[in-house]
Amino acid sequence: MARPMTMAEKILAAHAGLEEVVPGQLIECDLDLVLANDITAPIAIQEFKKVGVDEVFDPTKIALVPDHYAPNKDIKSAEQAKIVRDFAREQGITHYYEVGCMGVEHALLPEQGVVGAGDLIIGADSHTCTYGALGAFSTGVGSTDAGIGLATGKAWFKVPESILFNIDGQLNPGVTGKDIILHIIGLIGVDGALYQAMEFRGSAIESLNMDERLSISNMAIEAGGKAGLIPVDDVTRAYMDGRVERPYTEYHSDPDAEYAQVINIKAEDIVPTVAFPHLPSNTRPASEARDINIDQAVIGSCTNGRIEDMRQAAAVLKGRKVHPYVRCIIIPATQQVYRQCIDEGLMDIFIESNCAVSTPTCGPCLGGYMGILAAGERAIATTNRNFVGRMGDPTSEVYLSSPAVAAASAVLGHIGLPEDLD
Amino acid sequence: MHFKGTVHRYGRDVDTDVIIPARYLNTSDPAELAKHCLEDLDPTFVEKVQPGDIIVAEENFGCGSSREHAPIAIKAAGIDAVIAKSFARIFYRNSINTGLAILECPEAVDAIQDGHVVSVETETGTITDETTGQTFTAQPFPPFIADIIEQGGLINRTRKVLGKN
Repeated sequence: MARPMTMAEKILAAHAGLEEVVPGQLIECDLDLVLANDITAPIAIQEFKKVGVDEVFDPTKIALVPDHYAPNKDIKSAEQAKIVRDFAREQGITHYYEVGCMGVEHALLPEQGVVGAGDLIIGADSHTCTYGALGAFSTGVGSTDAGIGLATGKAWFKVPESILFNIDGQLNPGVTGKDIILHIIGLIGVDGALYQAMEFRGSAIESLNMDERLSISNMAIEAGGKAGLIPVDDVTRAYMDGRVERPYTEYHSDPDAEYAQVINIKAEDIVPTVAFPHLPSNTRPASEARDINIDQAVIGSCTNGRIEDMRQAAAVLKGRKVHPYVRCIIIPATQQVYRQCIDEGLMDIFIESNCAVSTPTCGPCLGGYMGILAAGERAIATTNRNFVGRMGDPTSEVYLSSPAVAAASAVLGHIGLPEDLD
Repeated sequence: MHFKGTVHRYGRDVDTDVIIPARYLNTSDPAELAKHCLEDLDPTFVEKVQPGDIIVAEENFGCGSSREHAPIAIKAAGIDAVIAKSFARIFYRNSINTGLAILECPEAVDAIQDGHVVSVETETGTITDETTGQTFTAQPFPPFIADIIEQGGLINRTRKVLGKN
């Protein structure tokens, strides 16, 4: 019988054709999906061409999503997107998403059922770890690894140790998946899970809907994590059934699996949290950030651009106006989320409150376009990184929060909580 | 490989957004990227860097994005090697794959000062601070990774595996 393993180890073993793996072991695995975007795919395609094969390993197991600078922000980015488009047409890539069908990749692929439980996925985008919320092992790589993946459908991995986060108890009102992951990153630091797989369990995690779970796994990389997995349960199954194109496989950690560390967190200890500049680990309770005036609020991204995030923002903005000194930019992460915002009347709420609503794009999250900050300006954002210059001028500042806190702050003109509003 | 150059020393968590800000990622041309390398952390870096120079930094160098543009920009700016206490995972892989020499050596990082001249022997992991005469040994690469480096990167290794050489 194989040694007791974590779910991360089981997925890696299955894809390496091995009965068992141990942390530190170097293995070569078959991939279920290789992903790249308009920034990383051009280099991946260039490297693919150097390998010397004419065709990709499987055009149905590749996702190319022009989302970072699309709709194209300038001529150079249009050229980059064209390289990806031409390659997708030439190779007959099934999961190429043109503007109009496109969404922010890590919101789009789960929504479209392209990723599912038990998958092993590499993506030339660091937030590829998002799909761990579905019980997949998915991890960010660079363009060369992705290029090799396009050619061979394989990648090498060092089996990571796992850290188990048990979050048990009843979450406080207003605490979301985003607050949980910011709390964890605040606890362990931006390299607290370096080279390791994070596994999130406990009654508080089980109580979350899929969108909030995806937010948690999405930010595993901000703690240095290689993956951020959540066990499959009824919520996951309900999300995947009828959506995931391929049969999916559930892998559950053995009760006696070995973890490098087990961190128990009481759900009651987590409060609405804000990460101050310039690290996601620089967290403080949102209630202690009320003296921070803001110039912009951004609600969207692969972290918080899903329908539940839009609903939470709309619940706060309904019947209110954005502060006259604030630009509030809302970016539903996919066409489907955008459409649902219209159908549910959220779009009316956003427009009535003087928000600018954009077509799906990563845009301002990485300082691309669609909301760049001037020198000294401050933004609250539901995005994932607040590094120096992340959203614009190197002297600008980004504060990370949940959609509800970002929406409340947009109305207040300073960082605050929904309960601070009239 | 042997490298010798002047050290540019930085702190911990040097992220890929400061190594190459996303506002320049509408191109993947190494020479273009090199012009903006580290500009949000140290605007003088690009002016003062000389071919063959070495970066020394604290923990978690290269954290953040998966952009391979980061090691590409560092290499194209003239840097031959980065010595750090630790590297973020994706940056580590990307450096191996793109041929930027990286060495993990906390003791060397603690001792080496900005502006020192340092030489590096990648095969043995020997780091010598030529300014003080101190020597250090970096963590050796696991054999699998050493093999990728020896074969000239992951692309060449894959070509060989596929019988394309």
